[in-house]
Amino acid sequence: MKEKLVLIGNGMAGVRTLENLLELEPDMYDITVFGSEPYGNYNRILLSPVLTGEKTIDEIMLNDDAWYAENKITLHKGKTVTKIDRKQRKVIADDGTEVEYDRLLIATGSHPFIIPVPGHDLPGVIAFRDINDVDFMLAAAKEHRHAVVIGGGLLGLEAAYGLIQQGMKVTVIHLMDTLMERQLDSAAGKMLKKSLEARGLEFLLAASTKEIIGKKRVQGVLLEDGREATADLVVMAVGIRPNIDLAKSAMLHCERGLVVNDTMQTYDPRVYALGECVQHRNEVYGLVAPLFEQAKVCANHLAHLGYAKYEGSMTSTKLKVTGIDLFSAGDFHGDEDTEEVVMQDVAGGVYKKIVIRDNKIIGAVMYGDTIDGAWYFQLMRDGTDISDMRNHLLYGQAHLGDAGHGGENAVMAMSDDMEICGCNGVCKGDIVKAITTKGLFTLDDVRAHTKASSSCGSCTGLVEQLLATTLGSDYSDAPRKTPMCACTDHPHDEVRTGIIANQIKTIPEVMKHFEWKTENGCPKCRPALNYYLVCAWPDTYKDDGQSRFINERVHANIQKDGTYSVIPRMWGGDTTAKDLMSLAKIAEKYDVPTIHVTGGQRIDFLGIEKETLPKIWGDLSAAGFVSGHAYGKAMRTVKTCVGSEWCRFGTQNSTQMGIDLEKMSWGSWMPHKFKMAVSGCPRNCAEATIKDFGVVCVDSGYELHIGGNGGIKVRATDFLCNVTTPEEVIEYSAAFIQLYREDAHYLERTAPWVERIGLTSIKEQIVDNEVGRQKLAERFHFSQKYSQDDPWTQRAKGAEAHEFVPMKQVG
Amino acid sequence: MQTAVKKETESSEWIEIGHINDIPRLGARVVSAGDFNIAVFRTENDEIFALRDECPHKGGPLSQGIVHGKRVACPLHDWKIHLDSGEAVAPDEGCAASYPVRIDGDAIYLSLTPKKGCPNK
Ligand code: SRM
Ligand SMILES: Cc1cc2nc3c(=O)[nH]c(=O)nc-3n(C[C@H](O)[C@H](O)[C@H](O)COP(=O)(O)OP(=O)(O)OC[C@H]3O[C@@H](n4cnc5c(N)ncnc54)[C@H](O)[C@@H]3O)c2cc1C
Ligand code: SF4
Ligand code: FES
Repeated sequence: MKEKLVLIGNGMAGVRTLENLLELEPDMYDITVFGSEPYGNYNRILLSPVLTGEKTIDEIMLNDDAWYAENKITLHKGKTVTKIDRKQRKVIADDGTEVEYDRLLIATGSHPFIIPVPGHDLPGVIAFRDINDVDFMLAAAKEHRHAVVIGGGLLGLEAAYGLIQQGMKVTVIHLMDTLMERQLDSAAGKMLKKSLEARGLEFLLAASTKEIIGKKRVQGVLLEDGREATADLVVMAVGIRPNIDLAKSAMLHCERGLVVNDTMQTYDPRVYALGECVQHRNEVYGLVAPLFEQAKVCANHLAHLGYAKYEGSMTSTKLKVTGIDLFSAGDFHGDEDTEEVVMQDVAGGVYKKIVIRDNKIIGAVMYGDTIDGAWYFQLMRDGTDISDMRNHLLYGQAHLGDAGHGGENAVMAMSDDMEICGCNGVCKGDIVKAITTKGLFTLDDVRAHTKASSSCGSCTGLVEQLLATTLGSDYSDAPRKTPMCACTDHPHDEVRTGIIANQIKTIPEVMKHFEWKTENGCPKCRPALNYYLVCAWPDTYKDDGQSRFINERVHANIQKDGTYSVIPRMWGGDTTAKDLMSLAKIAEKYDVPTIHVTGGQRIDFLGIEKETLPKIWGDLSAAGFVSGHAYGKAMRTVKTCVGSEWCRFGTQNSTQMGIDLEKMSWGSWMPHKFKMAVSGCPRNCAEATIKDFGVVCVDSGYELHIGGNGGIKVRATDFLCNVTTPEEVIEYSAAFIQLYREDAHYLERTAPWVERIGLTSIKEQIVDNEVGRQKLAERFHFSQKYSQDDPWTQRAKGAEAHEFVPMKQVG
Repeated sequence: MQTAVKKETESSEWIEIGHINDIPRLGARVVSAGDFNIAVFRTENDEIFALRDECPHKGGPLSQGIVHGKRVACPLHDWKIHLDSGEAVAPDEGCAASYPVRIDGDAIYLSLTPKKGCPNK
């Protein structure tokens, strides 16, 4: 016999839990659902665009009757549960339907709060909560002219804007003297009021409702101070209260909401609860992002997996009024211990405020230009130390050297056919359509369904913006702890520290220790774990080829047609006539289809069949070449210029410096690819200031630069320090490389890593701490002893031969 | 080595293609069948599966992907393919033809008649 699961409340949180549960355990329960509303499950958030006429009810359905049938779920539509009998473990609905349960899930949402002033029960007074309310308002808009919305918060303003779109004349009555005071400070509130007035809304602020007047139907609203507004329709949007009547009557412990623990269990272990009706660690939530996190955890426990934990959420909000860009998150009021950075351009309609405590962002409000909202929210959730970017924080991520297409266009201003994801050719319209028709809520959902933001990632900010503008809030996961991948709940840092602290030596042991949820990981975590182990135990760890991406497994770059490319090292970009002749001969011998001079100052043979690789490598090896690691998360190239040997401006021998750096570091595995360059003078012909580690020679010695990137997002380096001798350049670079190797997350290049941990912290460890620097450099040189064995020569001699020949020829 | 997978096929044209240890665990080898390749995968638990070595997306060589659980990630654009059915993992859609495999002792036998239902597109 299957266990019986009953869900009370057919809303967003409850049904999301069922979806998550079915993914984990499709057959564990006989599921019954009760819902007061006479519909399947719909996206309540999108009621606002339905009211404006931008969407229809059909378009906002998340799960229709067929879905319940397919998943063998019994749905009792339009039935309200009136009693829970916990002794006999059954629920009873208003029509007498009784259903027994082994596990019960309560997700009854909220009641809109109705101010109990005289006249509140007159016909024509309603809330804004469900389809019924929207139908009522749409009908009223056809027949009547004057509407009053009581409440100038998110919900009230969305209702007011919708009614204006429906042709009504709308007055908003608000108790406070600024709008949306829970999301906005007064400066932003005033700007919002101005733009809403421009759209035709009228406001009565600092206004307390005394009475709703009318005989058969509402006719107006009277305020305490005597002001009056005419109304044929009154929408009360003054707040919500957790709907806990049923839970209370079943004697389940309630405070403001139904109290649950970190596993979403109530005081009765058979009864789970989530959504707006619950109180968790003293918080009640009214946005879907946290509710969906709760759903994940709840499903995990219902599926008897038992390891997930909900630890609370940080939320951010956006107003879904077309053309109004507004963002807020966290604590934006601040107190004596906080500092504020503010930018206000009244004429331009732009306002930004960031609240900082102990060099960390704790809140933000933005109006007019919200392109960087997602970025501030990220910095806030990660607890990033912002001391190094304070000066340009307000100018946004774009001014941190982000010249990618990330920050140029406010996504709102883009037309539907404008391309958002350049890698996969996905347009704005496609993404918005997927979000609304397929019911997507998270960045991962959008990536899976549209491929947008799943390749180079430079459009991630835009996709997050689209999610936010389409759905109204930020749909990212719980603060701070982003797990490595879906196979684990542990973030990168925890796993890395754990590997060292517990002396873990193999991938299966890591997975066992950290209770991996999948059999043998995925293509995201396995390469990361393999790298972390290589880095931790350079002398003893046996590399796991099957956990490497094909390029690294076979030491060549796979091409679109399944052939490979071969790029040997040319130390510091220098070559000789003899080397060039060897290369020419080899290319001729193997009839190499394309020979290309790369952007990394060396020569690329393209279009080599896999079976030919060991042979061509054998010839290259005999001619003195080694692998260039152009395929790896590894030390790539060291670009140099001709420097003082030839150039009339050269101050030092930059070519030799580059060759020395490359000879020291070639072969080392890194969290991501790593590039260096040495320029002979500040004219910087080797482009050292967009490299992971760059050296600019000056008359007095060498300027060292770090964290540059010339790729997807151009970032110029940060200046680290000046040194005077080549030996120092070697020591500082080795120390920097090792710090990066030991600290960065897998697939995090130096540019984002430097931004994450802060330049100050790097200077402290490399420049200020001599002993620490030497230790880091020593560890790097130690690990290099084991990695400077040319992989091409090994394979030419027969290593890993199975990779390169078919198992069998048939047919 | 225990018999991990037995698959029935109507045809009797089983071809011996090698030993189970010719394929690394969580890895794959290629069987060349004239104008096309068949990728033969080995999972952690020594199950063997054979798929046409062409990703339903843009023809990427699945044999070169990372094997995890009973799936392989295509090396070109990271679609995930179910090893047992050849179907792409949702929400991606498409399939790679799947070939019957039989294990006898340590020897692997392959049939060149793909299972029905997948035009490999
Ligand atoms: C061959 C080469 C282009 C060329 O013909 O010149 C090249 C080719 C590729 N680059 Fe590059 N990049 C090449 C120089 C560069 C440069 C210029 C440089 O190094 O001075 C850059 C910008 C500098 C930088 O990295 O900061 C560059 C930034 C990228 C990026 C973006 C990295 C980023 O952090 O934003 C990627 C994508 C990635 O790594 O995820 C990439 C990825 C690739 C890949 C590996 C794409 C792939 O995954 O298959 C290409 C492989 C083609 C192949 O099979 O050979 N390539 N790539 C260059 C090889 C240099 C070499 O000798 O090793
Ligand atoms: C107009 C509007 C706009 C919104 N915009 C946003 C936004 O932009 N961003 C955002 O994050 N959030 C927004 N929200 C909030 C979001 O919709 C809610 O947080 C979310 O729907 C709450 O989910 P829930 O499952 O807890 O409750 P609900 O979705 O309300 O589901 C509860 C369901 O339980 C039913 N029910 C209650 N008691 C019983 C009973 N005894 N028996 C049977 N059924 C019962 C109710 O009828 C209801 O259908 C908006 C809400 C509204 C109304
Ligand atoms: S070589 Fe680099 S820039 Fe050119 S197509 Fe490939 S990844 Fe893009
Ligand atoms: S070819 Fe396989 S994912 Fe694109």
